[in-house]
Amino acid sequence: MESRIRIFLLRSAAAVLVLVTVAGCASRGLEEEAAADQARPVIDPQVERRDVAPPDIDTEDFEVGASFGFMSIEDFGSNSAWGLRLAYHVSEGLFAEATYGQTDAGKTSYENLSGSQAPLLSNDDREYSWYDLSLGWNLLPGEVFIGRNHAFNSALYVVIGAGNTSFASDDFFTFVYGAGYRVLATDSIALHFDVRDHMFDIDITGEDKTTHNIEFNLGATWFF
Amino acid sequence: MRVRSAIALLATLVLVAPAYAKRTALQVVVAEPFIEMRTGPGRGYPIFHVADRGATVSVTRRRTDWFEVRTERGVAGWVHADQLALTLGAGGEAVAIREPGWDDYEQRRWEASVAFGDFDGGSSISLTGGYRLSANLSVELMASQLSGDYSDGWLAAARLLHSPFPEWRVAPYFVLGTGVIEVSPRSSLVTTEDRTDQFGQAGAGLRAWLTERFMFRAEYSGIVVFTSRDENEEVDEWKAGFAFFF
Repeated sequence: MESRIRIFLLRSAAAVLVLVTVAGCASRGLEEEAAADQARPVIDPQVERRDVAPPDIDTEDFEVGASFGFMSIEDFGSNSAWGLRLAYHVSEGLFAEATYGQTDAGKTSYENLSGSQAPLLSNDDREYSWYDLSLGWNLLPGEVFIGRNHAFNSALYVVIGAGNTSFASDDFFTFVYGAGYRVLATDSIALHFDVRDHMFDIDITGEDKTTHNIEFNLGATWFF
Repeated sequence: MRVRSAIALLATLVLVAPAYAKRTALQVVVAEPFIEMRTGPGRGYPIFHVADRGATVSVTRRRTDWFEVRTERGVAGWVHADQLALTLGAGGEAVAIREPGWDDYEQRRWEASVAFGDFDGGSSISLTGGYRLSANLSVELMASQLSGDYSDGWLAAARLLHSPFPEWRVAPYFVLGTGVIEVSPRSSLVTTEDRTDQFGQAGAGLRAWLTERFMFRAEYSGIVVFTSRDENEEVDEWKAGFAFFF
């Protein structure tokens, strides 16, 4: 009798255990489902994500152009000179510049006084050309006003660099410094006025000396 | 000859460049309270107009860190990259405009540099183009013009650079190279023949990132010229210059 009651109690305990377990599992399942429901958005917007590409904007950091002016070669007079110019603007203040130019040397006063008896150089040797690689700084940016209705951006800049001069069938390492004034006629076209001193050592007139060769030029450049 | 090649270069640039100019303008929407428009591409130019939040402006051109924008009413002015970065594109996405910085420096591939220096008592000007193979290793092609008291010359070299600490802002590098050197005596001296010889080069240098795309470089190298005479010639070269990466 006693054992029957014990079996009954055990059975009911087992049944309760099974019920509790099943109920527990079921409720956990519900919780998980609810959690999953919360994670799922109420409205799925179906938006296609775009890849952000760097925009394709016309970058105008290069400047190319030509110039025309005068070159005063120490001892050899002044002559007209022309040049080419390529600049890369690194920041609003700083730029790197490559220039090339050509002129012809005239006669020294010694050659003029002695007549054409003792020329120092042949005609071929009088060809004078140079290239320079310089760094420039837009020192004084500003605007110029012409009349009542026109304003143009401008900058006074300084350059310093070095290069090579070919003259009298020789090459000379040349130190260059100077200043220039740039006015932007339109957004892409600039007008320049430049003064440069080209310094190098030469012994052609009989003594070793450092010559200063001053170049003045007017130029036009185009930003691209 | 030099003139002709210079003219050819200029003509090429003039012909190629218009291809860059034809692009559709980027439209952006101002997301900040306003953006400031200046009369020119620089800090000093006055602000003459502001575009308010919600206004659509088109970006027409870029010059260094400045962008020329045009409002719907046709007012054109220059806006700094920092302000333009706060606008949104037509699809509401952020505009990916930023200045080149340290990250770009660390990721750089192409580099061009110009250096001036002393070559065995004379002067040298070098132009170098380089490609970075990995964080530590790069290859370079270099051309130099030499001008001394007694002789002038040219030099062309292929070089291998190893940078052991690429993460340093001022980082040392080591260089090995080989190439050809041509030396011709000055015409005012006794005429002797031009000499063309092969040379080997080993040296060390420093590369410092200054700002944006701009770097400073300085280098020393020892050069051994393998002459056809009995003895090889040893030359020291010191130089310093500036460089850009692309």
